[in-house]
Amino acid sequence: MTDPVQTTAAPRKLRFHVMRHDPQDPASVPNFEVFELEEAAGMTLFIALNEIREKLDPSLAFDFVCRAGICGSCGMVINGRPGLACRTLTQDLPADITLAPLPVFELIADLSVNTGKWMRGMSERIETWVHSLEKDLDLRRIEAKMAPDLADRIYELDRCIECGCCVAACGTARMREDFIGAVGLNKIARFALDPRDSRTDEDFYELIGNDDGVFGCMTLLGCHDVCPKSLPLQTQIAFLRRKMARIGLG
Amino acid sequence: MKVVYTDVLVIGGGLAGLRMAIGARARGHDAIILSLVPAKRSHSAAAQGGMQASLGNVIKGQGDNEDVHFEDTVRGSDWGADQQVVRMFVNTAPKAVRELAAWGVPWSRVRQGDREVIINGQKVTITERGEAHGLVAQRDFGGTKKWRTCYVSDGTGHAMLFAVGDQATARGVPVHERKEAVALIHDGSRCYGAVVRDLITGELIAYVAKATAMATGGAGRIYRVTTNAVICEGIGAALALETGVATLGNMEAVQFHPTGIFPAGILVTEGCRGDGGLLRDASGLRFMPDYEPERKELASRDVVSRRMEEHIRKGNAAKSRFGEHLWLDITLLGRKHIEHNLREVKEICQYFLGIDPAEKWIAVRPAQHYTMGGIRTNHTGQSPTLRGLFAAGEAACWDMHGFNRLGGNSVAETVVAGMIVGEFIADFCESPEGELNIPTALIREAMEAERAKLDVLLHGGGTEHADALKIEMQQTMTDKVGIFRTGADLEEAVHRLQGLLVRSRNIGLRHRADGPNPELVTAYRTQKMLKVALCVALGALTRTESRGAHFREDYPARDDAAWLRRTLASWKDPAGTLPGLAYEPLDVRSMELPPGWRGYGAKNYVDHPDTPGRAEEVASLRERMKDRDRHEVQTALMPYDHLLPERFRGRNERIDEKLP
Repeated sequence: MTDPVQTTAAPRKLRFHVMRHDPQDPASVPNFEVFELEEAAGMTLFIALNEIREKLDPSLAFDFVCRAGICGSCGMVINGRPGLACRTLTQDLPADITLAPLPVFELIADLSVNTGKWMRGMSERIETWVHSLEKDLDLRRIEAKMAPDLADRIYELDRCIECGCCVAACGTARMREDFIGAVGLNKIARFALDPRDSRTDEDFYELIGNDDGVFGCMTLLGCHDVCPKSLPLQTQIAFLRRKMARIGLG
Repeated sequence: MKVVYTDVLVIGGGLAGLRMAIGARARGHDAIILSLVPAKRSHSAAAQGGMQASLGNVIKGQGDNEDVHFEDTVRGSDWGADQQVVRMFVNTAPKAVRELAAWGVPWSRVRQGDREVIINGQKVTITERGEAHGLVAQRDFGGTKKWRTCYVSDGTGHAMLFAVGDQATARGVPVHERKEAVALIHDGSRCYGAVVRDLITGELIAYVAKATAMATGGAGRIYRVTTNAVICEGIGAALALETGVATLGNMEAVQFHPTGIFPAGILVTEGCRGDGGLLRDASGLRFMPDYEPERKELASRDVVSRRMEEHIRKGNAAKSRFGEHLWLDITLLGRKHIEHNLREVKEICQYFLGIDPAEKWIAVRPAQHYTMGGIRTNHTGQSPTLRGLFAAGEAACWDMHGFNRLGGNSVAETVVAGMIVGEFIADFCESPEGELNIPTALIREAMEAERAKLDVLLHGGGTEHADALKIEMQQTMTDKVGIFRTGADLEEAVHRLQGLLVRSRNIGLRHRADGPNPELVTAYRTQKMLKVALCVALGALTRTESRGAHFREDYPARDDAAWLRRTLASWKDPAGTLPGLAYEPLDVRSMELPPGWRGYGAKNYVDHPDTPGRAEEVASLRERMKDRDRHEVQTALMPYDHLLPERFRGRNERIDEKLP
């Protein structure tokens, strides 16, 4: 097995148009600043932004944690589309790259937004945890069984990393401050599927049977298109809406 | 001066921190978690392959129990571990999996009947038992005699972190995000909390608490090539070190994971090899069986990483424009298995290497992965020298991994230590020792000292650039304090790091904002990281033997006679450039498993004088009690049950070991 064919062409000059703003500084006005870098093989936006910070502007604010596409820290708007910066290769982008913070979320500075605060608020409102009737579980005993396929289906929905891309791509979220977004709806679908959660559909209706929940969705489905984990958001939202509508009408 | 009072201050929002806070909260104590990032973004999420717990549900795990897990872990540690702590751990791990199952972790489950698996490069059909259908499944991992690693596809850490994070939310445990502890508040014998910097506003806040618990993870980022997240900079260890009172244990024990993707260093899980993946060289040869006939690709990580580097040195590496590497071949597992059980691996290969691992081999090379050392604590998680300071998880050295950690034992340790230490923290808060009597002057002085340090960085007119110093430190560690170590390299490393530390005291900033200022953060963290790096390098230089992941080419034997002892590093003089090192012996005469050959790797060790005697004692006791229950034998050899919090004592039920 051999290495991929190496290209010998001169490296591209990349121009990064980065939105800059420090909301704590009264003198700061949002603007795009341009940074030029020479492209390197295998360069990701993680590598590029760190190089900009190391060499060109130490004040540039952005968030990375795992830099492997699993922690959801680095959601940003990349040439108009929300995505994870760490796993976006510059070779897949034109030489002019525009980076802006995710909308909807509170801006911390530049490309850094407070997704954590938003997610925690959503999580508290719709109670995204297993509501178990069983107290004082005897941990010495063999665990309760679960059908292997069901466990796999729950994990499929559990893969959400709360990166916020779906919220940034959502029309409703722009208009309704408390809309829980696809991230919230997917979580409800996840817990509704989980037999360890004792909540009934009626209980879930109390949480999401309104315009901040499943009836706020306008079915634009930008969420589905941008989800970095390719979660089945379209199906889950449609499924939840039918289920909740039945309860609402019934 | 802004002061926040609480019962328990947990620093770090990963699995260990969350679980400690939940434990303390359940006992009625208020807890606040500080986290650099939203808790669910912590590095715990990166644990892919799974957590070890001897449930023995799958057929290849039949016969597994705490005894087997214990022996695997101690052998893995190259006898550096505290065996009583290992016992506490292996007995609690099954309970942790079961607790997490109840909290909603979607563990992959056993499916009864025949299934095809790859073992040693061959397709084999195994048959799962009907009575195991629907129970938590296990996969194979390195250095284990049984299939013991419980998993959620290859997103185990993610699923665990979200379940535990959600439980913390459910129980109303506040997480103060984007807050960074920059110093511990203490009076030389008692810890009272921390001086904390708000990473958004720059404000300094004193968090004062009865108990302070560090769960800040590892220090991988002192290396240039690491699988660790960018927040794993060893700052928790540095804060403890900077007290001058708390100590760091075995910092030279650094693990390199065999399969970091090349060159980015992003991890692909050991589950790849556990599930049957093979390591190949430039010519396509599967080389591990020639080096390690017993366990092949599934020897412990230290051994596999060394063998890989050895094979590269012999000129067998594949070459790319970034340098030399080897191949990980999982194509033989088949697309269905990869897309089902190794999906994160597939995504990582797709996005970072541009390949489909069901079709092509993955370029890999060992990369720094885990910090076995950490804040030295006793079995309760408390510092023996600084009361009120606790630590758990990768940040701690209590010490269950010794000189090499087994795959799957890390994410297991986070929750197990969180459970155990959380109880001991609650005990501490309820005891007279837990009473908080702190002079306000102590808080004020600690705050003023930190403010002054920040002001020097911001306005002191220093001329050094923090980024440049940090990169030089990382490069020094990767080049000189890596997998193969020599006295000459280590001496040079210590010397260079000392120079960098001196220069770091003259860092100046180009950007002087006090609020969100990444350059300021890099500046104060680099000063701290250099101290941690010096503990690693000096510890490695001084330890003239090879044990686990610490390998000295000039001292290739494990020397139990001279070195069966734990390194303790302290930093008493803030103006100094070297840590002080002391040593704490491990007592062979009380070991359940006396030192010997690990069952893989080189057979090259010098016995401790007490080893033959203890080995004979253990053998004759086993012989005398051969008709007795395994628990009775264990208790006779090395009692540990009394060390566990009461609520986590007791035997674990299995299909083949029913409880009454």
